Amino acid sequence: MATEEILKVEGLKKYFEVSNGFLRKKSIVKAVDDVSLTVKRGETLGIVGESGCGKSTTGRLLMRLLDATEGTVHFEGENIMEWSRSELKKRRRDFQMIFQDPFASLNPRMKVEEIIEEPLLTIGMEKKERKERVSQLLQDVGIPESYKGRFPHEFSGGQRQRIGIARALALKPKLIIADEPVAALDVSIQAQIINLLMDLQKEYGFTYLFIAHDLSVVQYISDRVGVMYLGQMMELAESDELYEHPLHPYTQALLSAIPVPDIHAKKEKITLTGEVPSPDNPPSGCRFHTRCPIATERCKQEVPEFREIKNGHYVACHEV
Amino acid sequence: MSDYIMEVKDLKTHFHTKKGIVKAVDGVSFKVKKGEILAIVGESGCGKSVTSQSIMRLVGDKKSEEVTGEVLYHGEDLMKKSRLDMQKVRGKDLSMIFQDPMTSLNPAYTVGTQIAEMPMIHEKKGKKSAWNRAVEMLTKVGIPSPAKRAEQYPHQFSGGMRQRGVIAMSLACDPDLIIADEPTTALDVTIQAQVLDIIRDLRDETGTAIIMVTHDLGVVAELCDRVAVMYAGKIVEQGTIEDIFDRPKHPYTQGLLNSVPRPGSRERLKPIEGQPPNLHDLPNGCRFAERCPFVMDQCIEKEPDLLEAESKGHTVACWLEEEGNNDGDRGNTEGRGTEKVF
Repeated sequence: MATEEILKVEGLKKYFEVSNGFLRKKSIVKAVDDVSLTVKRGETLGIVGESGCGKSTTGRLLMRLLDATEGTVHFEGENIMEWSRSELKKRRRDFQMIFQDPFASLNPRMKVEEIIEEPLLTIGMEKKERKERVSQLLQDVGIPESYKGRFPHEFSGGQRQRIGIARALALKPKLIIADEPVAALDVSIQAQIINLLMDLQKEYGFTYLFIAHDLSVVQYISDRVGVMYLGQMMELAESDELYEHPLHPYTQALLSAIPVPDIHAKKEKITLTGEVPSPDNPPSGCRFHTRCPIATERCKQEVPEFREIKNGHYVACHEV
Repeated sequence: MSDYIMEVKDLKTHFHTKKGIVKAVDGVSFKVKKGEILAIVGESGCGKSVTSQSIMRLVGDKKSEEVTGEVLYHGEDLMKKSRLDMQKVRGKDLSMIFQDPMTSLNPAYTVGTQIAEMPMIHEKKGKKSAWNRAVEMLTKVGIPSPAKRAEQYPHQFSGGMRQRGVIAMSLACDPDLIIADEPTTALDVTIQAQVLDIIRDLRDETGTAIIMVTHDLGVVAELCDRVAVMYAGKIVEQGTIEDIFDRPKHPYTQGLLNSVPRPGSRERLKPIEGQPPNLHDLPNGCRFAERCPFVMDQCIEKEPDLLEAESKGHTVACWLEEEGNNDGDRGNTEGRGTEKVF
């Protein structure tokens, strides 16, 4: 079955049990609480949210780097939650990850060519073919081939992120999950990496799940964007639609809070009061009601349904 | 008396390391007026934080650290002060806010105690009146139930509240000038918006001048009055926010502005190619020459000086601006920074 949807996530939950110190009561942190989404082949789906909203946990669940508490994840129609370890190992070549920290995600004792070659070894590729593939990948990500014998510490942050991207691309995956891939980089380098990711997608037709806290970056790179808050999806829509017609009060506040590098962009500011509540004791009803400027009695009690308002525009809010 | 609170003249901070001399700050000059917010903006390693630490004399005491130049505070050179005299200035007349609110508060004392310490030391206030001041400062930065919060420890505060606590501390002795080094970088955007509002309100109310060290051009556009753009230890362009955002002259400033994705825009980003130079081994000519799209022979041979451009107070260190080089290519560069994206 040729599915339009490469990834279908339904009711995904991840609860962590946390002990609050010696002899104290354990509590449950609901890091991801009932998230459903689909990713279409060839698109970029962005997930954005502030610290602790569960965006990175969602990415790790989809990679099965963490096991979900509940919910299903279908990748090309198959439930990846049911795969055994050995099957997972075989199938992981189809979905790969790019990590945030280019300093921590590369083995300092391996040469660049070894790092990029490693995934190719797992599928038993011939030596000659491997060497050719490594050269091709280095060229794709813009690292001169003469650098292949160098170690990670000899590269700058941006170059290391390129190496991490080459490694993720090595097995020609169908889906790439990028967790804050540019957060650690300076703006001039960040733009280089964003352009690289977009060029590679154009050339090879990858599907991206792009996770980040920076709404301007997510919006720029993504076709559709999902906004998370305290473990739940608040709003999901096409990127331009979300920017032009944000419906959820949280999305509106988030958009108005981004400092824009344009002194003539006088916009209406919605400054949220208060802080993000702790995910181990999230508010009842709508999780945003404690900071929401338009919250009503109903919001305190009932969890709003994540429903489609317009074509492809989903929002979880009673007041919309 | 001039209306400048601070004048920094030819500040140089060089670190002597095993690999050679690192010229982290290499001849930086700027002035800060009363009540003004000056941004020092640049990317990692450009020397913006070392500049602020050098002004506060937080570097320069070790043998390996060499700080030269003048930092005139109300006409008096801070570089010539003894360590003890400097301690009297720090926290009273000049105070500093650091990036990480987790590490700039002492976990073993209540937040109130730490704020009250300032007026007790600098103004010889009694315990009680200092405590009242602390509560008053917490109120000022918008902390709810400040009297109760003052008795709490830093770990009982969230990240955004800690940063407000640190701001309250920096304000406790009514300083003339606050140096804020990336004060909102560790915060989420909705909390950042709250803290920026507080900083703006404080300036409007008290007339304190602020030097805002940041990498975020968005923060600069929203908060600041004037901007100094740093690259590899030098100021490459300086001017009002209108000069920098509407009429950027230096190719680096233009490149920075073009690298940022803007909400609602789909235009392809134009990054600055290449990497910043190694501070151990700086080129002889312009430090940006290697990455500059308009590089000329003289850029590689000789370093350009920071000279005044068209409008008063707008200075640029670029050969394109000097000696009438600014016809040909300039036509293109003009447009690049000023593109309207909305």
